[in-house]
Amino acid sequence: MAETAEHSSPEEFKKHLGKYYVVFVALLCLTAITVGVSYLHLPRPQAIAVALAIATVKAGMVAGVFMHLISEKKVIYAVLVLTAAFFLLVLLLPSFTTLESAGV
Amino acid sequence: MSAHAADAVIPHTVEPHPVTGIPNGKFGIWLFLASEVMLFGALFSSYVLIRTQAPHWPPEGGLSSEILNVPLATVNTAVLITSSITMVLAWASCKMGRIDRFRFWMGATVALAFVFLVIKYFEYTHKFHDGHFPSTNNFYAVYFTLTGLHGLHVIGGIVVNTFLLTAGTRLWKTDRDHFTNRVENAGLYWHFVDLVWIFLFPSLYLL
Amino acid sequence: MSASKTHGHAAHGGHDAGHGHHELPFWRKYVFSVDHKIIGLQYAVTALVFLFFGFTLMMLLRWQLAYPGQPLPVIGKLLGESAMPGGVMAPEFYNQLGAMHGTIMVFMGIVPLAVGGFGNYVVPLQIGAPDMAFPRINMASYWAFLPGGILMIASFFLPGGAAQSGWTNYPPLSEVTQTPGQTVWLFAMVLLITSSLLGSINFIVTIVQLRAKGLTFFRLPFFVHAQFVTSFLLLLAFPPLEAAAVMQIMDRLANTSFFLPAGLVVSGEQWHAAGGGSPLLWQHLFWFLAHPEVYVLILPAMGIVAEVIANNTRKPLWGYRLLVYSAIFLGFMSFVVWAHHMFMTGMGTTMSTFFQTTTMIISIPSVVILTCFIMSLYGGAIRYTVPMLFATAFLPMFAIGGLTGLPLGLTASDIYLHDTFYVIAHFHYVVAPGTIFALFAGIYYWYPKVTGKQMNQALGKVHFWLSFIFINGVFMPMFFQGMAGLSRRLYDPTIYAHGRAIQGLNVLISWSAWGLALAQLPFIWNFFASLRHVKVAENPWQSTTLEWAAPSPPPHGNFVTPPVVYRDPYQYSEPGRSTDFHPQFAREA
Repeated sequence: MAETAEHSSPEEFKKHLGKYYVVFVALLCLTAITVGVSYLHLPRPQAIAVALAIATVKAGMVAGVFMHLISEKKVIYAVLVLTAAFFLLVLLLPSFTTLESAGV
Repeated sequence: MSAHAADAVIPHTVEPHPVTGIPNGKFGIWLFLASEVMLFGALFSSYVLIRTQAPHWPPEGGLSSEILNVPLATVNTAVLITSSITMVLAWASCKMGRIDRFRFWMGATVALAFVFLVIKYFEYTHKFHDGHFPSTNNFYAVYFTLTGLHGLHVIGGIVVNTFLLTAGTRLWKTDRDHFTNRVENAGLYWHFVDLVWIFLFPSLYLL
Repeated sequence: MSASKTHGHAAHGGHDAGHGHHELPFWRKYVFSVDHKIIGLQYAVTALVFLFFGFTLMMLLRWQLAYPGQPLPVIGKLLGESAMPGGVMAPEFYNQLGAMHGTIMVFMGIVPLAVGGFGNYVVPLQIGAPDMAFPRINMASYWAFLPGGILMIASFFLPGGAAQSGWTNYPPLSEVTQTPGQTVWLFAMVLLITSSLLGSINFIVTIVQLRAKGLTFFRLPFFVHAQFVTSFLLLLAFPPLEAAAVMQIMDRLANTSFFLPAGLVVSGEQWHAAGGGSPLLWQHLFWFLAHPEVYVLILPAMGIVAEVIANNTRKPLWGYRLLVYSAIFLGFMSFVVWAHHMFMTGMGTTMSTFFQTTTMIISIPSVVILTCFIMSLYGGAIRYTVPMLFATAFLPMFAIGGLTGLPLGLTASDIYLHDTFYVIAHFHYVVAPGTIFALFAGIYYWYPKVTGKQMNQALGKVHFWLSFIFINGVFMPMFFQGMAGLSRRLYDPTIYAHGRAIQGLNVLISWSAWGLALAQLPFIWNFFASLRHVKVAENPWQSTTLEWAAPSPPPHGNFVTPPVVYRDPYQYSEPGRSTDFHPQFAREA
C-alpha cells in the first residue's frame, strides 16, 4: 500500500498521525455548527442546502483522510466515479419522474 | 492464509498488484462499499420521493427536530466520529507494530459502537412508549427503517471488529502485513458506517 | 441427490492430482468447498434443478391457458384441493405459477447458471488463475444462494401458497395479499441478492488482479469481458431492490406505508394503514435492478456464443474491440433505461421522452454485437458441432427478441402492446432461444473440460433440432396474441371475445411447450450417460484459450505450472502454420 512504502519506521509513521487528529476536531466542530444552524430555523431550501453542504464537507474529510481516498489508486477512483453517477441517478430520477407525472 | 484454505496460493492477497497498486482485499472492500452506496442511495431516494410528494412533512405537523431527540442524536454523532478516530488509531498501531495499542484502540472502537446502540435503544423505546411506531405515519416509517438499517450495519461492524480483536489476532503472529490489511479494510467499512450517519443525522433530525 | 454424483465424477481427476499435503474430509472437499470448480458445479447443478422446476410450473400453467377450466388428468388430483379443486386450476394457483415461474427462472435458474456456474468455473481458468480472489467468499455466495432458492420453493407449501403478484411483486396488490408466501418471497430475495453481491465482488477483483503474465485486458477472451461487465451490473443494480425488499417487508410486518397510498380501499373496505406512500416508488426501485438484470441474463450468453463461434469458424472474432466497447457501453446504458417498463404509469412527457431516447440508444450496442457475431461467420471454415448449432441459432433468435423490443421501447406503440403477450414473446425470445440456447452451447462446449469426456454428438443434434422447432412453436404465436390484444397474467383468456378468437394459438403454444419438455430428455440422458464414456483428448475442440492449457478436469490449483500468455485469444488459421489454431499459452511462435 502507499502508506507502507512511504513510512519505513514506526517513529516516521507517528508523524503522520497529526492529520487524523485535526480531522477529528474539525468533524466535532462541524457537527456543532450544523446543529447550531438548525436552531436558526432558516427557510427550508436554505436549511437543506446548508445542512447538506456541511455534511458533504464532513463526509469528504472522513473519506479523504480516514479512508485514505486522497492518496488512493486510480482503479478505486474509477469505481467510485461510476458509483457516484449511478447514485445520483437512483437518488433523483424517481422523484423527477413522479413529480412530473399526472398527479399520481 | 489460514490452515484449511485452498492449497492454491492466491496472488496479491498481501502484496499489491503491480498495475493497480492495491491488494485484493482493499479492492474487494471498496467494491462492497460501492454497493452499499447504492443501497443507502435507494433509501435516501425513497425518503426524497415520499417527502416531496407529501402535503406536509412531518405528516402530522411540527418539526422533525421537535419530534426526534436532537441532543441524543448529536451525542451519537460525536460517538461515531470518535469511534472513527479510534479505528484509525487501531490501524496505525498495527502499522507501527504495536499489537497492544491495537487492542486498546480497537476495544475503544467496539465500546463506542455499543454506546451508539445503547443510545439508539433509548431513543427507540422512548418513541414506542409514547405510542409512536413505524406504522404511525411515514415520518416514523422512514426514521425507524433508515436508522434501523444503519444500526444493523453498526452491529455488523461490531461483529467484524470483535473478531479482529479476538480470534482474528492470531494472524498477527504469522503475517503482520496481512493482518494490518484486514484491519485497514475493516476500518474502511467502519468509516463508511460513520459517513452514512453523517448524512442521516441532518436529513432526518434537523431538516 | 444427483448433484453429489456429478460432483464425484467431475471432481475425480481433481482432488488427487493437486499439490496439497493434507487430504480434506469429504464435506470440506465437496460440500463446503472453496475451490471455484466445485462451487461452479454446485451452482450449475442446483441452477439446472431450479430451471427444471420453473419449467414444470410453466407446463402446468399452460394447461389452464390451453384448456381453461378443464380438470387436468392425473396430475390435477396430485396437487391438492386448494391448488386444483376437482383437478381444475384455482386462479390463485395460476397466479402463483406465473409469479414463481418468472422468479425462479430469472433469479434461481439463468443467472446462477450463467454467472455462478459458467462464470465461476471458466473465468479463473481463462485468465490463468489458481482460483478466485476470495475462495471463502465464493463458498459463502453459494451457501446464501441455496437456502434462498430452497426458501422460494418451500413457500409453495405455506398456507395460501407461494407469492402470486407477478415476479414484479407490485404493491398495493402484493401487500394486500396477506399470504405468508408473499413475505417469504421478500426474505428469499434478500438471500439471493446477498449471494449475488458476494459473487460480483469476487469476479471483479479476480479479473482485474489475477490475470496470468502477458494477459493484458485486450487479450482476454470475450467471455471474460462479458462476465466483467455483468458483475458491475449485479454489484450496483441489486442494492436498490434490496432496499425496496426491506421496505416491503416493513410494510407487511410492521404495517408501514412506504408503498401504500392514502385512502386505499380493498374489496370495498378501507385498508388500515397510515398511507402517504407511493406504489410507483416500488416500481422505480424494482426496475432499477430488473432492467440491468436482463443484461445480466444476456451478456454471459453473448460471451459463450463468442467463444463457440470463434472456435468453430476457425478464425478470429470479427470486431473484437468493437465487441468489448459495445459490452461496456451496453452495461452503462442499462442503468438509464429502466422506466421504459413504466410508460403506462402516468409519466409526464419529459421523463418518458428521456427514457424512450435512452432505450433507443441502448439498442445500438446490441446490434453491433450481433453484427460482429454474424460477420465472424463470413469466410469461416464452419464446423457444425452441437455447440455451434446452438450458438448459430442464437443469432436469429436474439435478433427477433431484440428487434421486437423496439415497439415496446417507443412510448406510442407501447401504449397498445404493454402487458400483452407481445411483451412475453419479446423477452422470452431473448432469454429462451437466446440465452438458454447459449447456455446449452456452453454445456456441450465445456463438458470435456469439466469431465474429460465428450457428450454424444448425435443425441445433441436431436436435442437441438427438437428444441429449436418447439421453442419457436411456443413463442412465435405469442407475438400475434399480443397484437390481437390478449393480456398477460390472465387466468382465462376465453372470457374476452378477442381471446376466444385466437384460443387456437394457446393450444398450439401449450402443446409446443410440452413437446419442448420432451425434447430435453435426450439432453438429460446424454448429460449423465456421457460420464461413462471414454476419456477424450485434452483439447478436443482445438481451442486457443487458456482453460484448455489445464488438464481436463483441472486439479486443485488448476495449472501444473503458471501459464504465460503470448498472443491474442482467437489466433485461428494463421497463414503459414501447420495447425489451424495457435493457443494463447503456447510459447512457440
